[in-house]
Amino acid sequence: MVHWTAEEKQLITGLWAKVNVEECGAEALARLLIVYPWTQRFFDNFGNLSSPTAIIGNPKVRAHGKKVLTSFGEAIKNLDNLKGTYSKLSELHCDKLHVDPENFRLLGDILVIVLAAHFTKDFTPACQATWQKLVGLVAHALARKYH
Amino acid sequence: MVLSAADKSHVKGAFSKIGGQVDDYGAETLERMFATYPQTKTYFPHFDLGKGSAQVKSHGKKVAAALGAAANNIDDIAGALSKLSDLHAQKLRVDPVNFKLLGQCFLVVVASRNPALLTPEVHASLDKFLCAVGTVLTAKYR
Repeated sequence: MVHWTAEEKQLITGLWAKVNVEECGAEALARLLIVYPWTQRFFDNFGNLSSPTAIIGNPKVRAHGKKVLTSFGEAIKNLDNLKGTYSKLSELHCDKLHVDPENFRLLGDILVIVLAAHFTKDFTPACQATWQKLVGLVAHALARKYH
Repeated sequence: MVLSAADKSHVKGAFSKIGGQVDDYGAETLERMFATYPQTKTYFPHFDLGKGSAQVKSHGKKVAAALGAAANNIDDIAGALSKLSDLHAQKLRVDPVNFKLLGQCFLVVVASRNPALLTPEVHASLDKFLCAVGTVLTAKYR
């Protein structure tokens, strides 16, 4: 059973209220594909991923990044039930998408860096600790239905 | 994993821009690491890990200096960090997973203090560099 302190919940929801989900999602996914190029293996049908510039400008990357981060937003609305929130998505990522759960951890770390760049000094150590906890739990929830 | 010419240039450029603030970067990296990954504190039972700790500042400076030395000798990181590699293997024996955690926190510090510096390309190169440093420091473990 996950436990969130009131402070942690505030650090999450307070920050999230200021996040541009489309921009942030696009940036996080683009950086994942650039920093860890092997993650491109899941996106053969995305067209041109041949350079950082191509990846950043790729409309499918932007759209998918927005989709992924929108889903994150759902988790934030349901912090006390991440398992339930991600149950179907977990099955999907295992059975249909065949994504190694390690990729969820990589994306989570990238998301934290994107948030740090956006919020600069407001992204305090306490903020980082809370968000790393969140991305870790989301990764765990997404991996939970794997078999 | 091999650092390309572009990677080396990005890393050297980044450390050059960070300049004298690298000591602060080191201290903040450790502060974030201890806050985010409490298990890393187990390697420092002899330290005061409270906010503003002089020991954390001083150790952060050492860590930053080592990263800077590696960046300055980026064509031979193994050579530059050979003594540190011996130290980690023989005495410190920090579990290899922890170098990734330190690396993540260093990138967060760069991102939060100098977001313009951390373009996706530089991000990729710095991440590779930090992996390479971790690999060197654990190379003699067994």
